[in-house]
Amino acid sequence: MSALLAIENLSLEFRTRSGIVRALENVSLQLPEGGSLGLVGESGSGKSVLSFAVLGIQDAAATVTGGTIRFADKDLLADAGSAMKNMRGRELAMIFQNPRVALNPIRQVGQQIEDVLRRHTALRGAAARARAIECLADVRIPDPERRYTAYPFELSGGMCQRVMIAIALACKPRLLIADEPTTGLDVTTQAAIMRLIRDLGHEKGMATLLITHDLGLARDFCDRLAVMHAGHIVESGATETLFRAPAHPYTAQLVRATPVGQDKLENLASIPGNLPDLRRSDLPPCRFSERCELRGDACATALPSVDVSTGHLVACHHPQLRTRP
Amino acid sequence: MASLTMTRWQLLRYVVAENPLSLAAFLLFAALVLLALIGPWIAPFDALASNVGAPLSPPSMAHWFGTDSLGRDILSRVIIAARLDLGIAVAAVGISCILGGLAGAFAGYFGGWTDRIVGRLSDTIMAFPLFVLAMGIVAALGNTVANIVIATAIINLPFYIRVARAESNVLRNAGFVEAARLAGNGEVRLLFHHIIPNILPPMTVQISLNMGWAILNAAGLSFIGLGVRPPAAEWGIMVAEGAQYIVSGEWWIALFPGAVLMLAVFCFNLLGDSLRDLVDPRRRT
Amino acid sequence: MLTTILKRLLGAIPNLIGVIVVTFLLTRALPGDPAAFFAGASGTAEAVEEIRKKLGLDKSLPEQFIVYVRDLASGDWGFSHATGQPVLTELTTRLPASLELTLAGLFLAVIVAIPLGILAATRPGSWIDHLCRGIATAGVSLPTFFTGLLLAYIFYFLLGWAPPPLGRLDPYLSAPPTVTGFYLIDSLIARDFEVFIGALKQLILPTITLALFVLAPLARMTRASMLGVLSADFIRTARASGLAPTTVLFAYAFRNALLPVMTTLGMVFSFLLGSNVLVEKVFAWPGIGSFAIEALVASDYAPVQGFVLSMALLYVLLNLTIDIAYGFVDPRMRVDG
Repeated sequence: MSALLAIENLSLEFRTRSGIVRALENVSLQLPEGGSLGLVGESGSGKSVLSFAVLGIQDAAATVTGGTIRFADKDLLADAGSAMKNMRGRELAMIFQNPRVALNPIRQVGQQIEDVLRRHTALRGAAARARAIECLADVRIPDPERRYTAYPFELSGGMCQRVMIAIALACKPRLLIADEPTTGLDVTTQAAIMRLIRDLGHEKGMATLLITHDLGLARDFCDRLAVMHAGHIVESGATETLFRAPAHPYTAQLVRATPVGQDKLENLASIPGNLPDLRRSDLPPCRFSERCELRGDACATALPSVDVSTGHLVACHHPQLRTRP
Repeated sequence: MASLTMTRWQLLRYVVAENPLSLAAFLLFAALVLLALIGPWIAPFDALASNVGAPLSPPSMAHWFGTDSLGRDILSRVIIAARLDLGIAVAAVGISCILGGLAGAFAGYFGGWTDRIVGRLSDTIMAFPLFVLAMGIVAALGNTVANIVIATAIINLPFYIRVARAESNVLRNAGFVEAARLAGNGEVRLLFHHIIPNILPPMTVQISLNMGWAILNAAGLSFIGLGVRPPAAEWGIMVAEGAQYIVSGEWWIALFPGAVLMLAVFCFNLLGDSLRDLVDPRRRT
Repeated sequence: MLTTILKRLLGAIPNLIGVIVVTFLLTRALPGDPAAFFAGASGTAEAVEEIRKKLGLDKSLPEQFIVYVRDLASGDWGFSHATGQPVLTELTTRLPASLELTLAGLFLAVIVAIPLGILAATRPGSWIDHLCRGIATAGVSLPTFFTGLLLAYIFYFLLGWAPPPLGRLDPYLSAPPTVTGFYLIDSLIARDFEVFIGALKQLILPTITLALFVLAPLARMTRASMLGVLSADFIRTARASGLAPTTVLFAYAFRNALLPVMTTLGMVFSFLLGSNVLVEKVFAWPGIGSFAIEALVASDYAPVQGFVLSMALLYVLLNLTIDIAYGFVDPRMRVDG
């Protein structure tokens, strides 16, 4: 099966005044056409950095030091020129957290959709306007003709997120990256937005990469999960497998810390320690080892990639090969 | 963040290394203060005496900065003027800072009527082009150096009011103030013991940012013939005296006092910037 | 939109009242006894008393204030003792000269400062960024009167490129027929290109002098504001949707960055109108600033007060214009209620 998005051994670092931050190291993941993958981890684990690198909008201080990103069999890193620019926003699109500040505050939302249409399609004038209104209707915004002329500050957070989705989907992309799309929204709106993203994904056969720190959200939404910790992908596999039989101690702790169904609050665990400082020159091969209760001598040697079962990979010397009690 | 664990001293070194001009500005500042203090003893000639050299003679070994139309030594006059120029600015900024700081602190702390009156006062001053207001004040109060100081102090007031008001408004509800209030301290005591000491750092930054501007304003007023009277030596009035000669080629009369004035203002502005970076690194622009 | 404008107009009224009260207080604070002053050195006690009555100085302060406001409204701004003309006439005939210079200075400052600020913000740490920082600090340190003189010395005396720094027009040329009072515009209307070039030549040095001074705060603000906006979330959204860099920079970033710059414009005008006085003196520019200086030197106070008042009114008006323009750029300011 040829994946729509295939990242192989991607490494990326930031050169800052206070040292080199090795933000991503040997990151690999695949996302098939129409599939949905959840990228989960604590904030600061490198999820957003990874997604920015896919879109080629990373910070100027960031340098890719190795690996490839292939999208529809095109090498995005080799093709950083105009080909990438033409794909960004058309075949790959992205939505962000805090929708109220992620839209241009002094431009009508309809015009912001039109900007994208004008950039990527031949639509102009009335046709572009009509299509923009269509886009607003597509994301179930009531009364789209009137909303076309609204400014972001006149809309609720949920409405703004719908507008951002409309902008992202305006050119019918094959991949949507949703970076914490529900952060900054209230709970009922969160559910509605997630349903909208899933429904639109199914309708249009669009693949979705959901970036979130909320494992529960990812479980409800994604076929597969990839767990990130301090710039490494520590485990990836089918969602149910990961929840039923987490092989990496970090995943296991994350799963235990995630409220599911009727779980009592006292059953929820917290994860001791913090993410290591990625500027350190003495980072251990396993960046979780300093927080890990299973740490042994082997952990100081190069990180393995263990095939626990089909499509279930874990980067750990001591994978837990048992089902969750 | 690394910067949070840095001490002030490390930060100072960092700022100096980042911007070597800061160091130059500091040295220049020290030199200016020294000039203002001991100027009369190091000036080579009597600054007010005429014909210590041939009138309108260009810079030479005897008169480094040349002489003016009355044959006075320009170097001596430039040196002597430091005290008057810096004196006016320091006095004006001092008055402004104390009055504006108190008014702002009261307004921010008590709110309500106090706030409204102080705010209106500050808005009214700001409704004028400030230099023009200073001209009007000196014209109305009388053409003296003291009135230049008053006028410069008045047009600086809004800046201090604004800083002090904003700070004390925030501090009013700060935890440590609340604690002191619960401990039974009176409002005025709270204001003077807990609020005002904490307003001082941002006020210091404001002072150093305003100093250059105050010098510039005072010199501008004397340039148009207000305040300082001939034959007193003051940089602005010296430039004015040299102005008529510059079109006939006697450049040194206006150039040296003008250049020193510019250097002094530049030095204060640089210091102000560095000090702001030191006290509040986020506001760097 | 109309209600917003109306609200702004109403908002300017307290400032207007403040300005009039302050100028009134300044007239009452005249050094010594105004009546004795107007009576002259030879005035007898009766003469002084007479003048006191005539000036209304025997009335209470509030009454005097009402008289003052009534006189102002009816165009009676007093007389200039030096020229014998009504102050208002003197000011209105000289105002265009000052305005032409001020606006030219602002225009030059804006077209240099804004691109400079944008360039500096898009390339932080580059030489242009350092240049911008340097100019920003050096620019506000320049004593306008000194830079003006320096420019006149270099470009008139040494190089001979500029005309003598004496007024708006070469004495051999005659002023164009007055339409707007701006020589540049009036000469174009009259199709008198010789006068246009002549007026432009006279205007260049004072304009540069003014612009140098206000360039600094403008460039600094543009840079800071662009830096802030460029790191905003909505810029990332725009880039993620593949918009062209120029669209992102201008249609998205710059329009947003303009808002704080417009707020700075008020302060810039304050500087500009103040420096204008000094530049007018240096270049013998026949505007209201040099008129006020002459009056000051001659202890002729009515014109000085008229000058302070008219500058303040002009400034209030400019701030109002900026406020209203702000409403046009920022939709968030347009909400009624």
